[in-house]
Amino acid sequence: MFCEKAAEMIRDLQRMNEGQLPAFNEDGLRQVLQEMESLYEQNQTDVNEAKAEGRADLIPSIKLRHTCLLRNQRCVSAYLYDRLLRIRALRWEYGSVLPANVRFHMCAEELQWFSHYKKSLASFMRSLGSDGLDVTQDVKPPKSLYIQVRCVKDHGEFEIDDGTVILLKKNSQHFLPRWKCEQLIRQGVLEHVMS
Amino acid sequence: MDTQSYLPVEPGVGMEENYFSLDDILLSQERLPVRTETAFPRLGFLERSSDTQDIPEGTKMELPLWLSKGLYEKKRRVLAVELPKVYKEGWRTVFNADPNVVDLHKMGPYYYGLGSQMLHFESPENPDIAQTLLQTFIGRFRRTMDSSQNAYNEDTSALVERLDCLEKALFKSGQSGLNGFQSWEKGQASQLTASSLVLNYRKRKIADVQP
Repeated sequence: MFCEKAAEMIRDLQRMNEGQLPAFNEDGLRQVLQEMESLYEQNQTDVNEAKAEGRADLIPSIKLRHTCLLRNQRCVSAYLYDRLLRIRALRWEYGSVLPANVRFHMCAEELQWFSHYKKSLASFMRSLGSDGLDVTQDVKPPKSLYIQVRCVKDHGEFEIDDGTVILLKKNSQHFLPRWKCEQLIRQGVLEHVMS
Repeated sequence: MDTQSYLPVEPGVGMEENYFSLDDILLSQERLPVRTETAFPRLGFLERSSDTQDIPEGTKMELPLWLSKGLYEKKRRVLAVELPKVYKEGWRTVFNADPNVVDLHKMGPYYYGLGSQMLHFESPENPDIAQTLLQTFIGRFRRTMDSSQNAYNEDTSALVERLDCLEKALFKSGQSGLNGFQSWEKGQASQLTASSLVLNYRKRKIADVQP
C-alpha cells in the first residue's frame, strides 16, 4: 500500500511523548519523496494516455494516486511542523544553548530555524520596556528575590551579580538571587528548597 | 502544576479533521472494509489476493480511511464503504445496554473519532451511529471524570486501560488539574521545578549508557 512509510514516520514521532525530539528521519523523508515522485510520474503517463486516447476508465486510478500524493504531502508537512513545535519548546525549557545530544537530533535546516527563532525572540525581548525584559523568566510569580537552592550535580563555578564566584558542588546549599538560578533549576542542575 | 511549552496540534472536533494533527493522521490510517464500484486499471498490485493487472469492479478490500474519504463521491459510484463491525447494529445494542463494560481501547482506540468520520459516508444508519456515539460518551463520561479527579498518587494504568483516545486525553487533563490543586494546597505551587522534558532526556541518557 502507498503512504505506509509516511505513516510510520508520524507514528514514531507520536511515540516520543512529552515533546522529546527524536532523531531527524532523513532516510524516511527521502523514501517518501521518492514514492511521491514515482506516483507523479505514473500519473503523468496515465493522464497523457487518458487525454490522447480518450480512456476515461483510467481516471479512478489517477484519482487514487493523486489522493496518495496529497496524503504524503500532509504527513510530511505535519512531521516537519510538529518537530518545529518541539524545537521551539526546547528554547523555553533549556535556554538559548542546547546540549549537544539534543542538537545532534536536528537537521541542518532545523538548526538554522532554531537560531532564527532565538534571534527573533531575543530582539522581541529587547524591544520590551525601556531596557528589555526576559519573558522566559518568572514563569511562576516570584514570592521573594532570593531563594534557597541545593545542587543536584557538580556544575563548576558560577558568578552572581555582585561579582562573587561560588562553587556549585553536588549537595551544597546556597542562597541565591532567584532570577540567576531559575534557568539552572529548569535544567535540573539546582533544586529549589522550600522551607 | 508543570507548565509545558510543547503544545501539539489538537485533533479536530467531531467530523472535522485537523490537517497538522498527528492524532488525526493516525486516526485516518485506520482501515475500513470497502467494495469497489468501478475498476481501477493498473493498480492490481495493491490487492494481494489476486495477480490481475487491474482491480476489477466489485472487489472487496480494506482501504485506510484517508483513501476512502478521498475517493468517495456522493454523486458518482466509486466506492461503497461498509461499516466496521463495532459500529454495526449488533454492537450498537451492546453499547446502548451498558457503555461502561466495553473496552474501547481494544475496539478503537479511536472509537469516537472513527465513528464521527464514518458520518462522511452516506449510509441510512448514520443517525443511529451518531446517537450511539453520543450516548456511549455520556454514559462513560461520569466514570472517567470521577476516576480522574480522585486517583491521587495512585497507579492509574488500570483506570486508563479501557479508555478511548479522546477519553484518555480528558483523563489526563483531569489528573493535571487534580495534581495542580493538591500542590497548591500543600504550598508547593510556587516551587520552581526542573522541566519534565529535561528530566526525560536525562533518564534516556542513563538508559543509553547501560548495556
